[in-house]
Amino acid sequence: MAKKTQDVFKGTIAQERKLKEVIAAHKEQPGGLMPVLQQAQEIYGYLPIEVQTMIAEGLGLSLSDVYGVATFYSQFSLSPKGENRISVCLGTACYVKGADKILAALEEKLGIKVGECTDDGIFSLDSTRCIGACGLAPVMMINDDVYGKLTVEQLDDILKKYKSSKKSGGDE
Amino acid sequence: MAMTVEELNKIKEKNKNLVLVRTLVREQGEKLAKETGYKKQVLVCGGTGCTSSGCKAVVKAFEDSIKKNGLEKEILLVKTGCFGLCALGPVVIVYPEGCFYSNATPEHVERIVKEHLMGGKIVKEYLYKETVKENNEIISLGETNFYKKQMRVALRNCGVIDPENIEEYIARDGYQALVKVLKTMKPDDVIKVISDSGLRGRGGGGFPTGKKWSFAKQEKNPVKYVCCNADEGDPGAFMDRSVLEGDPHSIIEAMAIAGYTIGAGQGYVYIRAEYPIAVKRLQIAIDQARAYGLLGENILGLGFNFDIEIRLGAGAFVCGEETALIASIEGKRGEPKPRPPFPAVQGLLGKPTVLNNVETYANIAQIILKGSEWFSSIGTEKSKGTKVFALGGKITNVGLVEIPMGTTLREIVEEIGGGIPNGKKFKAAQTGGPSGGCIPACHIDTPIDYDNLIELGSMMGSGGLIILDEDTCMVDIAKFYLDFTVEESCGKCTPCRIGTRRLNQLLEKIIEGKGEPEDLEKIEELSMHMKNTSLCALGQSAPNPVLSTMKYFKDEYVTHITDKKCPAGVCKALLSYEIEPSLCKGCTLCMRNCPVGAISGQVKEPHVIDKDKCIKCGLCQRNCKFNAIVKR
Repeated sequence: MAKKTQDVFKGTIAQERKLKEVIAAHKEQPGGLMPVLQQAQEIYGYLPIEVQTMIAEGLGLSLSDVYGVATFYSQFSLSPKGENRISVCLGTACYVKGADKILAALEEKLGIKVGECTDDGIFSLDSTRCIGACGLAPVMMINDDVYGKLTVEQLDDILKKYKSSKKSGGDE
Repeated sequence: MAMTVEELNKIKEKNKNLVLVRTLVREQGEKLAKETGYKKQVLVCGGTGCTSSGCKAVVKAFEDSIKKNGLEKEILLVKTGCFGLCALGPVVIVYPEGCFYSNATPEHVERIVKEHLMGGKIVKEYLYKETVKENNEIISLGETNFYKKQMRVALRNCGVIDPENIEEYIARDGYQALVKVLKTMKPDDVIKVISDSGLRGRGGGGFPTGKKWSFAKQEKNPVKYVCCNADEGDPGAFMDRSVLEGDPHSIIEAMAIAGYTIGAGQGYVYIRAEYPIAVKRLQIAIDQARAYGLLGENILGLGFNFDIEIRLGAGAFVCGEETALIASIEGKRGEPKPRPPFPAVQGLLGKPTVLNNVETYANIAQIILKGSEWFSSIGTEKSKGTKVFALGGKITNVGLVEIPMGTTLREIVEEIGGGIPNGKKFKAAQTGGPSGGCIPACHIDTPIDYDNLIELGSMMGSGGLIILDEDTCMVDIAKFYLDFTVEESCGKCTPCRIGTRRLNQLLEKIIEGKGEPEDLEKIEELSMHMKNTSLCALGQSAPNPVLSTMKYFKDEYVTHITDKKCPAGVCKALLSYEIEPSLCKGCTLCMRNCPVGAISGQVKEPHVIDKDKCIKCGLCQRNCKFNAIVKR
């Protein structure tokens, strides 16, 4: 399955208003660009070039400065993510306990590679750096829910929870 | 509004016994418990490990049950930081008995409340099995093998206090070190105590902390900064996270002390965004400290101003390097700069800056209160105090341990760690993460300290300690770390950007079965150039995992290259699955399970694997009931 490459930016007025508030709050602060990018990603889910342009103008920086920072850190994404973000921990403890097999099984089940999003937009798959739950290795996160002591056999049941009810499943 | 020292002491007195109960066992604890008004205290771990195991539901069940039975006045429920035994989560400790319930569920809670909290009878079958002796005697967590050899300095409050309640920290002598410093010590006195204690940076480098502070103090600049490195990027390490989750005020207090010492009024904590619980608790702690007048203007009415702000990282390993971290706080790409100038001279926004790791700060208040002699009496000649390790990998007791420097690896693996599971043999321990190396079984009796680890070709690092068993392929592990550094190299300098990639390609060649004998020499030469010419520690240390595995497990590399075999049976290209005809019953299970249809055969007759089709997923072997499938 191919990844959607051309996504049209669909920002709303409400989102833009929120972003402007964030920019105003950090404008005078030294090093305010990072917190602004972090909150912008929370507002839009990702950092398309349109959002980066607004940030650059708002903070009085060049677009290349903003783009340089946005592409440096792995937390920032320039393409949209799925409604449910799966991230498989590939830290050492998880790797030693077979996290690579979990990741491979997920790629197969979802028909996408790491960094991609399914065509229906329900799941995106990423590998993440250590989330510090090494006692439960191997571990993956779906949105904010952590699943520990994983086996390949459990994956179908876990994914099912998220397929049926949009953006739900889990404790909170 | 500034609180006075008298008011601080009042809070301490008021809460002292309540918290003290949690550090005593049996008779002593029971006597004291009566004075506190609470018959029982229930402590539930709320760290990341236990949260992932479902501790929120356990806490809720306790809340509901306590309310339902009208026990609010008799039983105190406390959500703490990490106890250390993350694999047993959710964990619950009940005081004054000090008994330790593991793998708790909401269903267990019902019985614990009824039988134990109300009936006074401990529910033995829910206890952690190591705490029930053969004669049915129950021991406390502190008496188990896991805890006996540990010594808790940096983690002293983790799992003891409620990290979201500043008064519990104050009850444990919290902010008394700051009072002592502000009232009775000059900046040079503080530097002398820290220097004499022998404390070295716990982030990995091991630079003497007192020296770092004195460099920053000497600078004549009216604006200086104190920073805390909580960008714990080393995969498999979670010490800093646990300190911030379990005892955030100890970091705030230490940063304020550092601020007073060097003459700084502002602090920044740079923390990974991947640690949401730690970020939340630290923010709560900062807000409470401000509300109590322990941060802000005129702290404790003693004329000192200091405040702290949190900055979130965004997922870049290189930001653990000090100059890169500073660039990131400044809102730039986290790329390192050549040193000198060191941050102590020219750091954040060009001003003199002290930057220490979380665990380093966690030791400061204790050193101030108990003195440099106390601290330097712990540990080895050149490595003083304790070290926290995140024990992980193929080990029974996965979790967080704090040991005096000089403890041997054998003690950690066999006694504290409870040995290797499934009867497997210990092969090596990996320390220092992507910058470190491995300690093979033949050096298991080496006392662990900064210098011994360097001598063995590894390093202390921040404290990740991954145990590897005989099923681990050392070439594969080296490749794992190289994959990591390739990904995390910031790209600023050529030796690291291209060197890590070339090194990775050489390893890939070996793992794919295409290695040639001269590749080993190429690896060594390239590694030497990277060590000598990379800009920062990331590139300089990136070859370490390869060099150290080559040093101790050269035969494994050679077997991969000349025999085209992986002795541990990990490297896929070098192994094949076969069905042993004498053991195969022809049950057809493997044939039905095989995702690529590589297995064929008739019912009740031995099956065969087509090696050309086989993708070596191992599913057939895992499911075979007759152990008829072998990996060669």
